Amino acid sequence: MNKELKLMKGNEALAEAAIRVGCDAYFGYPITPQSEILEYLTREAYERTGMVVLQAESEIASINMIYGAAGAGKKVMTSSSSPGISLMQEGISYIACAELPCVLVNVVRGGPGLGTIQPSQGDYFQTVKGGGHGDYKLIVLAPSTVQEMVDHVKLGFELAFKWRNPVMILTDGALGQMMEKVELFPQIRRTTEVPEWATVGKPKTRERNIITTLHIEADKMQEINLHLQKKYKEIEQEEILYEASGCDDAEFVLVAFGLVARICQKTALLAREKGIKVGVFRPITLFPYPFNELNKLADRAKGFLTVEMNAGQMVEDVRLAVNGKIPVEFLGRMGGVVPTPEEILQTIEEKFVGELV
Amino acid sequence: MNEKRMTEEQHFEEMIAEESICIADNLVFEKPETLLDTPMHYCPGCGHGVAHRLIAEAIDELGIQDKTIGVAPVGCSVLAYQYLNIDMSEAAHGRASAVATGIKRVLPDKYVFSYQGDGDLAAIGTGETLHTCNRGENILIIFINNGIYGMTGGQMAPTTLPGMKSTTTPFGRDVKIMGNPLKITEMIAQLPGVYYCTRVAVNSPVNVRKAKKAILNGFKYQDHKKGLSFVEIVSNCPSNWKMNPVESNKWMEENMFPFYTLGDMKVPNLNLPSESKGE
Amino acid sequence: MTEEIIIAGFGGQGVLSMGQILCYGGVIENKEVSWMPSYGPEMRGGTANCTAIISDTKISSPILTKFDTVIALNQPSLDKFENAVKPGGLLIYEASTILKPPTRTDIEIVPVEAAIEASKMKNAKVLNMIMLGALLKKKPVISIESAIEGLKNVLPERYHDLISLNKHALEKGMELAEKVGVPA
Repeated sequence: MNKELKLMKGNEALAEAAIRVGCDAYFGYPITPQSEILEYLTREAYERTGMVVLQAESEIASINMIYGAAGAGKKVMTSSSSPGISLMQEGISYIACAELPCVLVNVVRGGPGLGTIQPSQGDYFQTVKGGGHGDYKLIVLAPSTVQEMVDHVKLGFELAFKWRNPVMILTDGALGQMMEKVELFPQIRRTTEVPEWATVGKPKTRERNIITTLHIEADKMQEINLHLQKKYKEIEQEEILYEASGCDDAEFVLVAFGLVARICQKTALLAREKGIKVGVFRPITLFPYPFNELNKLADRAKGFLTVEMNAGQMVEDVRLAVNGKIPVEFLGRMGGVVPTPEEILQTIEEKFVGELV
Repeated sequence: MNEKRMTEEQHFEEMIAEESICIADNLVFEKPETLLDTPMHYCPGCGHGVAHRLIAEAIDELGIQDKTIGVAPVGCSVLAYQYLNIDMSEAAHGRASAVATGIKRVLPDKYVFSYQGDGDLAAIGTGETLHTCNRGENILIIFINNGIYGMTGGQMAPTTLPGMKSTTTPFGRDVKIMGNPLKITEMIAQLPGVYYCTRVAVNSPVNVRKAKKAILNGFKYQDHKKGLSFVEIVSNCPSNWKMNPVESNKWMEENMFPFYTLGDMKVPNLNLPSESKGE
Repeated sequence: MTEEIIIAGFGGQGVLSMGQILCYGGVIENKEVSWMPSYGPEMRGGTANCTAIISDTKISSPILTKFDTVIALNQPSLDKFENAVKPGGLLIYEASTILKPPTRTDIEIVPVEAAIEASKMKNAKVLNMIMLGALLKKKPVISIESAIEGLKNVLPERYHDLISLNKHALEKGMELAEKVGVPA
């Protein structure tokens, strides 16, 4: 079979993947730098698969439409960018507690506040550590190429339904706007299967299905929490994804996710040209996080440099993983500024190489 | 001990004797199938119980129990799903109509309704209410207006009357400070997306019958696929109004009804040729 | 082979589409490609630019500060990116509006009077294709055929009658580039 190769913008590739994966509905609200997703879907989706695409009046409405449609057992998706995702947090907490599968996309822009439309990774804490109220986890995927913007939509729905858990694709404005070659998977038919828990109308043959997150008695609510925590532990056992390149012989390892990991790849090339052995470790799932793998890597390497487009968020997890074995340094750019390969190399030289020579 | 057993046997015989008159022909009142046999948590005299029963009766009469999905709000009726034997979803505060939109859009041939109080629908959820109605979603919104926040203990609602006391308007609602009560149903009726809009009450047998008719319409009109049905039920809150049930009904008739006038605000003209063709 | 290119000019000069044509051409030849626009405040002031990377192997960073080739379509872009050319790299610039030419001696410099040629062809919009032709003459990162195929993807269908004119512009650019530039 011929591969279907296209040159696509990250946002449009992600939208195309949503159609092809057999998504039943998308609810969203325009915000830069991700409005192309809603635009592409309103243009393409309904005619091709009958997928519902609705521009809601706000991100708050969007996420609650997702809650309703996900509760009906359908494959549903929404996307937004940082301020819009902040508005959705209450709904995300409900969805996580009610254990409804769905795919959420955050095309992150620089914050805080209204911020900038330039790329950022400032929403790591919000996405990975909570965001909304209560103890819950999202499964978090961090694509670094336009190809992964496609692949993670498919993977996201698989994980969402496997675990009955919301999945967040955490990407950024640059990946949303840039164009790359993508290989598209063939159209998957929308399913008519109805999950047993879905609210679709109660036949005589079963008890009624209730989707709720309200359990007034503390013991019952603790039981729900224990169940969720057990599920999260299982996800941690089974679903960790990461990419380690050039780490086997590396003296220094750059730890980064998403787009920044690719900038670090370039740095590693430049470093090796200078005779400095640098590797790159890229967590692909941010929850579950590859703590053990990083810990093992710390036995071999002399130092880690975490690079992020924020003030230092994932670096806390890297330090937890390394647990003091080796120094973990940090380089961060904020508010939409993207670090360059050269300045990362310079930081390696300043923080590590200089000291060792 | 023997004596006690005798007593129980006698009691059993009495029950059998009673049962003999409990035959179908003699029944004048029965529980709708869609209403579960769960004791309700509502205060004595509250209108919610009657409204729930009417929904259950309407679903039974239309035979749509297996095709109906309800959405409960946050407020006193947050547990509405405990009383109705249908698939239901509990929504975040104010978002019931967005949740109902999500369900209806992916299940367009099912019957979907939201059940919301005045705080939920007309304060925190005003945006969702307005836009759901404006889009003309083919759903039924049932709006319980008792002019107060019941569940949180009697604070001012958007529909609290001028001068009316609540825990956050201890000297009565001063419209200069708190603004005027919001007649959201009148606003909603203006929107082209709204197909049917009416205000009813459940304080008397006549009004209960009218309310039932309105709810039946709200379900039936979903078949027309021509827009949203909005049924406001003006209701009471004996506990937070600090009255007994009889007083609260009287107060409602004397104070709420003049401000929130009962009656249809928008009805589909089913005689028009374009309307009667249907889908 | 990895070719890292930045194209910069005024908005409306076809900077972004020029990069896209290159990348479409790369996809047709089954190469790895990456196209990154600059957006935000820069777009409103002096320069709009895009990075286009074409490679036989997986592309690492789409964010770069040094380039194998810089294509500058106006003075502010030339001023900004002259120093971003890697030593031994290539700088192509639109020469008819430039008052302050580049001064570096460690790179190959190719001035192309594309605006004058475009006006001779009675269509200012083909300026970018003339510049692209000049690039492909100096560095054939994709074939002419692939560039034309790429153009078909970028140009809205209603303008497809202009394809032959654009092909002509591409050839003109190649012709102009052939005449100038001796490697440093």
